[in-house]
Amino acid sequence: MAALSHVLEHRAVQYRRTFRSSVFSSFLSPVLFLTAMGLGLGGYVDRSGGAALGGLTYLQFLAPGLLAATVMQAAAFEATFPIIGGLNWQRTFHAMYATPLSPRDIALGNLVWMAIRLAMIATVFTVVIIAFGAAHSPLVVLGIPVAVLTGMAFGAPIAAYSATQRTPNKFNVIFRFGITPLFLFSGTFFPIESLPGFLQPVAWLSPLWHGVDLTRGLVLGTLGQNPVAMLAHVIVLTTIVAVSTWAAVRTIERRLVRG
Amino acid sequence: MTLPLRVTPTLMFGSRRALRLIERNLYVYRRTWIVIVSGFFEPLFYLLSIGFGLGRLVGNVPGPGGTEIPYQLFIAPALLASSSMNGAITEATLNFFFKLKYQKTFDSILSTPLSVADIALGELGWALIRGALYTVGFLGVMVILSIGVSPWLLLTLPAALLISFAFGAVGMAATSFMRTWQDFDLIQLVVLPMFLFSGTFYPLDAYPDAFRIVVQLTPLYQGVDLLRSLAVGVVGPSAIVHVAYLTVMGIAGLVVVSRRLDKLLLK
Repeated sequence: MAALSHVLEHRAVQYRRTFRSSVFSSFLSPVLFLTAMGLGLGGYVDRSGGAALGGLTYLQFLAPGLLAATVMQAAAFEATFPIIGGLNWQRTFHAMYATPLSPRDIALGNLVWMAIRLAMIATVFTVVIIAFGAAHSPLVVLGIPVAVLTGMAFGAPIAAYSATQRTPNKFNVIFRFGITPLFLFSGTFFPIESLPGFLQPVAWLSPLWHGVDLTRGLVLGTLGQNPVAMLAHVIVLTTIVAVSTWAAVRTIERRLVRG
Repeated sequence: MTLPLRVTPTLMFGSRRALRLIERNLYVYRRTWIVIVSGFFEPLFYLLSIGFGLGRLVGNVPGPGGTEIPYQLFIAPALLASSSMNGAITEATLNFFFKLKYQKTFDSILSTPLSVADIALGELGWALIRGALYTVGFLGVMVILSIGVSPWLLLTLPAALLISFAFGAVGMAATSFMRTWQDFDLIQLVVLPMFLFSGTFYPLDAYPDAFRIVVQLTPLYQGVDLLRSLAVGVVGPSAIVHVAYLTVMGIAGLVVVSRRLDKLLLK
């Protein structure tokens, strides 16, 4: 544990120098998205199609979904460029490996830092949701760890993959064909019941859908309506994180030990 | 006044040397063609998700001229306009900066007979070729899904290219002032609000009057309104204003960029 904290310290010192650039993305962007989509477009949705949202306003429907989806996008970013940078560009991971730190410490330390970053983003977003009046339960606070869990269900596997790459060329494909479609079709912007019938089971395969549904249950306090589904979401997400954390430790270790 | 003169002749007659730069980019992307192909899917995914998925809940919205139109028809041209903007901005900011500062691509190009103006034109030409591919693809989807049926739709192609040109030129000009990657957040600070608020996702009548006027002055609104009126087939004199606005913006950007590049590369 002590060894791992040195990795965290390194990332924190690094972050202090560049945090200015993340302020915009983590604070302003939820405000802008909720204003434009939730209030602006939401006005038109509420006028004509509110019934499909189960009596919610569009803002209430959108906010929790967007929380989980935003954290997912941040995770995908944190799991690509910083990882390939540490292993190929700046080679900070190799430098760490030259100290008493083990590859396991390095891998886990970076994943824990990722979770901390995601928690920061999720916290800011949650504050914005409350300020917009879109939260309906004190459980909204639990939306933060759930959003982080959702994010890590993407961050850990993508980090495991990034460690096998020597150039960032494939990342574009992950973002365009993985992250963007999931962002758009996982029940974030509209209920998956609006998808064509054959696509609905596909949405169940999306880790983001599990995260969105769970976050929505917490923010709106509707968790109790379907406790079994909520438990299933937690199990699915935790399993993905556990398995892929193991995988990330393996791939990072392999790169450090074998080069 | 010498600057515009130095730029315009190459613009009007085309410099064969700028084509070499386009050829270079073709070679570079031969290995990573998937990056180019993937650009086509982004607006398509948005169209299917927001246009059809969410569009079901929205129903009809007031379009150009005040007639009610289906949400898919409302949003498709706006997505085309904003993806033209985004594509041009990415190419002209991040990629351009990387070649300028890190890869030193332009320094090596200048050791050949190519001039700084050739570089500016070649890069812009490349961005436009990419933009044209995406636009044709997207228009094809619009026709297949029978979203837009107006004969004016054909003019959407040059109009979308005009948007790419305007944003690409201004983006390159802005990039020539950038010092670090962190400075690019300023560009996001301009691009994201424009993307969300320029009448892209919903009509402007949701706004108070003062704010509506501000929005109407933004370049993306000009582009969105131009493409939307072409797609719907309700074309008025405002289209000419939009075209003039975007043309002036692009030429101004080009003038700045060729002056700045002279300084940065030849000093």
